[in-house]
Amino acid sequence: MRAEVAQLAYRGRTASAGFAYGPFVRLDATTNGKRTTGTVQEETAAIRAALETAERQLAALANAAGGEAAEILEFQIALLTDEDFLEPIFAAIEAERPADIAWSAALELQIEDYNSTPDEYLRARSSDLADLRDRVLLTLKGGESTAPDLPSGAVVCADDLPPSRFLEIDWSEGGGLALQRGSATSHVALLARARGIPMIVQLGSVAGGARTAILDGERGSLELDPGPQQIDSFERRRDAHRKSRAAAHAILRAPAASFDGEKIRLMINIQRVEDLNHGNAQFADGVGLMRTEFLLGGQLDLPSEETQYAAYLAVLRWAGDRPVTIRTFDAGGDKPVPGFTESGEANPFLGVRGLRLCLARPEIFIVQLRALARAAMHGNLKVMFPMVTTPDELEAGRKLLRKAVADLQADGVAARSPDLGIMVEVPAAALTVDRFNASFFSIGSNDLTQYVMASDRSNGKLGKLSDPLNPAVIELIRRTVQYGGRSGLSVSLCGDMAGDPHCLPALLSCGLRELSVNPSALAEVKQTIATFSGEAGRE
Amino acid sequence: MLETSKANGQNIIGSVRLVHENGMHARPAVKLTKLAKRFKAHISVRASNSVDWINAKSVAKVMALRAARDSILEIKATGEDAEAAVKALMDLVAADFPDSGP
Repeated sequence: MRAEVAQLAYRGRTASAGFAYGPFVRLDATTNGKRTTGTVQEETAAIRAALETAERQLAALANAAGGEAAEILEFQIALLTDEDFLEPIFAAIEAERPADIAWSAALELQIEDYNSTPDEYLRARSSDLADLRDRVLLTLKGGESTAPDLPSGAVVCADDLPPSRFLEIDWSEGGGLALQRGSATSHVALLARARGIPMIVQLGSVAGGARTAILDGERGSLELDPGPQQIDSFERRRDAHRKSRAAAHAILRAPAASFDGEKIRLMINIQRVEDLNHGNAQFADGVGLMRTEFLLGGQLDLPSEETQYAAYLAVLRWAGDRPVTIRTFDAGGDKPVPGFTESGEANPFLGVRGLRLCLARPEIFIVQLRALARAAMHGNLKVMFPMVTTPDELEAGRKLLRKAVADLQADGVAARSPDLGIMVEVPAAALTVDRFNASFFSIGSNDLTQYVMASDRSNGKLGKLSDPLNPAVIELIRRTVQYGGRSGLSVSLCGDMAGDPHCLPALLSCGLRELSVNPSALAEVKQTIATFSGEAGRE
Repeated sequence: MLETSKANGQNIIGSVRLVHENGMHARPAVKLTKLAKRFKAHISVRASNSVDWINAKSVAKVMALRAARDSILEIKATGEDAEAAVKALMDLVAADFPDSGP
């Protein structure tokens, strides 16, 4: 009996939304050919010829593509004609280094430099440099960089795809792009979004040899050699998505959502500054939660005051008059940061995390508070502390914030104390909210559920227990909202349940009127609220 | 802030605020170096918080400035068309690198 071939499915991150079903094609880089090193004169001539060829190819691509794509390639062309940049490469060849090695070394240095910045935009540019490196190397090694011959509407799979290779492909008949690595902020992602080509990144190792594939930008999934059932299900998802997106888009442009005649404030959660580029972000009433842990990611050094200030300022500038709530570092728990978080804790979720960690490391915390106090001069900034358990923790944090403001002002730097609030996610805080001298409260329903239900949310076997709609969780949410109503303080909810249509009725009947959700959930939430409010909701 | 001042005899120096939302990134850096290359003058640029002047005709160097939004760029030129070069570059930055630029 023949073994049944497993139908392969992969999950990744969506970089460009949309759906594709077509022939599956793998594109792999071919720059590992060998070349023989010549004399210094021959090597110099070889690199000059390769640079000229690359420039000619890129110029032709830029001309054909135009617009944004041309601008992306212009950067590569500019590097090819940058004497300051090329000079050390020619010098290395003079010193008898082979042309390909001299070229690669110079590019690697630049790539490393770009990758070492905290600026995500610059880090994403390093793939443009890798693109240029490979193009010139291929020519040096005698290869031909020609346009791949693909069937129309193909689902193209590669490890990563540089912008120039993307532009060499004919996408006029549709298709999709599946990358094993890649990034949603890369130039290729930008090009894919501009052309409406669905693209999924970070799929991990994808098997070769499939004949057809389904790419689903909503689920972030890739399915190889789908059977008739999978194709049928895919087509239904695609059609349903197209219909609901058209309806949701109309709703987004409508005035603010309301329920029982009361206005609902719909804010967005962002992980990083780039999330504001989401097409729907502009329709939000503000930023309800800006996480700041991304500033800690992948760096050897913790972020400087200037780096942080620039990130906070960028969000405040985007928001204009709208409120922006920035949460101080919520590291620890499932988010370890070398050089910051404690290691070897037996139970990190009940350990030194969130505000506890920041108070234990005031020399790190004060840098963030200084950046926030400076940013507060430029918009409607609110600052909140995560994982607050008792009122004295809030006061200890406030004391540090006041010190940051006083120090800055003493040095003649403009700064002020922003409104200070807390996350309500520890049951002890939820049960005693009236004892906290906070300007506002934001319910973190994910951790609150996990702590109230004593159920690790990442443990699939506890799925049923990890229920944010459990009466115990809802009761704590209701009490917090009621306290907000009595005291005139704002209460919002920024956990996953705010973006879940099944949870919205319970939240609205608790009296919640402020929700913060991911930009991609904004339309659906607004649409769901509109369905509930019915006639009573019309103002 | 557009201001040109003659300093040290031949040097023309101007300073301008970088208003581009992403700071001195790929697109503005390409535009700046392309424009700089149209002039014969030796042109250098620095962000106000740094000491070193770098060649305004090198896209790699201009990117390496890492100039953030709102930083002040100083532009310095020497040579026959120095004054026109500084003026043109300041206009380009002040106008936020328009597509149909000067």
